[in-house]
Amino acid sequence: MTDIKPRIKVPKTAKKGEIVEIKTLVSHVMETGQRKDAQGNTIPRRIINRFTCEYNGKPVCEMILHPAISANPYISFFLKVEESGTLTMAWYDDDGSVYKAESKIEVTG
Amino acid sequence: MNWSSAANRRTVIKGMGAGALAIGGIGWAIEPARADLAKAEKLLKELIGAKVPQEGKVRLEMPQIAENGQTVPLTVSVDSPMTPDNYCKAIHILAEGNPEAGVCTFKFTPASGRAEFSTRMRLAQTQNVWAVAEMSDGSVWMTKTEVKVTIGGCGG
Amino acid sequence: MFSRRDLIALAAATAAIVGPGRAARLAAQDRLSEADLLAFKPVGNVTLLHITDLHAQLLPVWFREPSTNIGVGEVRGLPPHLTGEAFLERFGIARGSAEAYAFTDQDFVELARRFGRLGGLDRIATLVKAIRAERPGRTLLLDGGDAMQGSWVTLQTKGADIVRAYRALGVDAMTAHWEFTYGTERVKEIVEELGFPFLAGNVLDTEWEEPVFESTAYFERGGVKIAVIGQAFPYTPVSNPRWMIPNWSFGIREERVAQHVEKARAEGAQLVVLLSHNGFDVDRKLASRVAGIDVILTGHTHDALPQVLQVGKTLLVGTGSHGKFLARLDLDVRDGAIKDFAFRLIPVFSDAIRPDREMAQLIEELRAPFKAELERTLGYTKDLLYRRGNFQGTWDDLICAAILEQRDAEIALSPGFRWGPSLLPNEPIRMEDLWAQTAITYPQVYRITMTGAQLKDVLEDVADNIFNPDPYYQGGGDMVRVGGLGFTIDVEQPIGRRISELTFLKTGAPIDPERRYVVAGWASVNEGTEGPPVWELVARYIEERKEIAVPRAGLVRVKSA
Repeated sequence: MTDIKPRIKVPKTAKKGEIVEIKTLVSHVMETGQRKDAQGNTIPRRIINRFTCEYNGKPVCEMILHPAISANPYISFFLKVEESGTLTMAWYDDDGSVYKAESKIEVTG
Repeated sequence: MNWSSAANRRTVIKGMGAGALAIGGIGWAIEPARADLAKAEKLLKELIGAKVPQEGKVRLEMPQIAENGQTVPLTVSVDSPMTPDNYCKAIHILAEGNPEAGVCTFKFTPASGRAEFSTRMRLAQTQNVWAVAEMSDGSVWMTKTEVKVTIGGCGG
Repeated sequence: MFSRRDLIALAAATAAIVGPGRAARLAAQDRLSEADLLAFKPVGNVTLLHITDLHAQLLPVWFREPSTNIGVGEVRGLPPHLTGEAFLERFGIARGSAEAYAFTDQDFVELARRFGRLGGLDRIATLVKAIRAERPGRTLLLDGGDAMQGSWVTLQTKGADIVRAYRALGVDAMTAHWEFTYGTERVKEIVEELGFPFLAGNVLDTEWEEPVFESTAYFERGGVKIAVIGQAFPYTPVSNPRWMIPNWSFGIREERVAQHVEKARAEGAQLVVLLSHNGFDVDRKLASRVAGIDVILTGHTHDALPQVLQVGKTLLVGTGSHGKFLARLDLDVRDGAIKDFAFRLIPVFSDAIRPDREMAQLIEELRAPFKAELERTLGYTKDLLYRRGNFQGTWDDLICAAILEQRDAEIALSPGFRWGPSLLPNEPIRMEDLWAQTAITYPQVYRITMTGAQLKDVLEDVADNIFNPDPYYQGGGDMVRVGGLGFTIDVEQPIGRRISELTFLKTGAPIDPERRYVVAGWASVNEGTEGPPVWELVARYIEERKEIAVPRAGLVRVKSA
């Protein structure tokens, strides 16, 4: 799963104090650890177990994910924009990998 | 007679005239799962301790009938001003009828601006989904909604 | 003539039926005239015209309304869950009258012979043109969906025949359901070809949860800004093959409807119309929960109501199906509210209405390439063939008997579609008639084995889709039809407890939950279902007999309060 790359929808600009919606998708099988393969062996669990979002280095929100979250996790949420800055997001895989994405928001007016 | 209960039907029935089970393929193991209220209640205690959730403030939007049990959209919002001294700290999603009761926990800060998030979840069968909100003042609010996982209707 | 002063209170506090029927007058005259059918004392500045669930019936049809249409929970005994004599009594319609024939199953065969077929898009065109001429600049014509399914011509042209006919008719906007069974790409083409808005505000993409179609179209009629919000059938991917439209997600999405209404008001709409394919009970509940909708033009459940039903401030219109009716709702809209209204559900008596020449020519042109196939006669029926009703119709019995024999199965399953016209005793059965019961994009007849327990699960599941006391959990459609199987259904019970006394009709023994039965059926929503198209089997079955007396293929005993 080296090709795991998050996709995000973040507005480029916002008014000061505006609450904007952030949408994210990451391609991931979210293997539950409950399925068996053709030989009857349990397929080990491998999911994105945590997601974090920061704005200019300050925490905005965080999500703990369990196997009940669907494959290719979709997460959308909100951010109150008080200043221009950089939104950074990270997805934490069971296997230790971390997938990251970032985007700038400029405050206009 | 040994009718399986309609609520825990898990077999994939191929080629049904009436429709088809939305379950199977990737996801939960194909084995009977019974709605286990005790499991969800135990997890709730672990999450919020001895507090008793109140009804209200939380809105959980899900389809009444799932189109695909592998990916059921949900949006939760909590009535909160989201100011530093009065905000929603976290929303927990629990499922009564899945192999594991925990679905996810979403933690907010006042920088969130709005106590709302959306995601998509797996539903092993028809069941209630719970949304539990923890507020900065220590209060806990909760709502439940039933989502039906169906073989299908007869399309009008 | 029908005003809100004529309110008749109903049992339910939130709902009321409005306006008297025209039954008394129509009853007196066997010979109807076009002028009678158009008679209407206009009111106000806006005229809404509504057709829905045409099911591609361009020509007049026989269509027997249901004898069983059970309402559960809060809607028990409320319109549209009234049939036969109870319906006549509620709406003050005389037995044996033209309206009794149009609206109910009472004395169907006798009255059909007296009053003739209903519908035909050329007749509807005549009525629409006349009303437009009477109300220039004030008339809006809306279609509620399920227009592009139900005939061989529309199946072969993937809805292109209806696109042309609706453009010619001057439809102003439509929503959809069965249209989606042509698949994503074709639906996108149809949206382009229509030349008028295709509205479906409750459809989002499954990737980013964003709108796929326009939700709202704005029109100016009689100086009134009108917002029309489209609501596609919420359970399309559940009731029909999801694999044909894998990237679209539906649902009732009440909150989203409310947002569309708020937005429409903010945009200055003085009249908000929901053009809906939710089904009547869903719309009745929606009207009680979402404020600000002035009119809901309902569809999907094929309910023909001679009067407007009022829920709070919202008027609900039930326009029937198969082109049998044209709904006319005149509104006096002032200061952003309905001050007065008048309503008539016009039965389209084909013998009384001159066909519109241009539309008649277009219909002939559209049918021409298929004429020989359509008119191929298979045999004739001794008995009335019909489908509509909560349980087995005789058309279904015939289809199930054909499937049992032609697929050498023990049990047959046939979907509880609400569409499909009727045939009178001693009429020929032509391919066109058979296709009107079967023409869908997933007609394969599968043959599988199922345990008795699985069979019961299927019946329970489908029954809950119809008889769940909460309309939002109902998928629409009627009960799955069965062949070779008998059962008792108690509609008042919860899921898992409605179906009992399952009987294997071949032996008369109870269905064994552990035993596997050979089951054949059609209209599977699963991708890759294999088998011959159902019409081939049924055609062969009829041709081998020539004379069809309807075999009772399945037995259903119904318990209800």
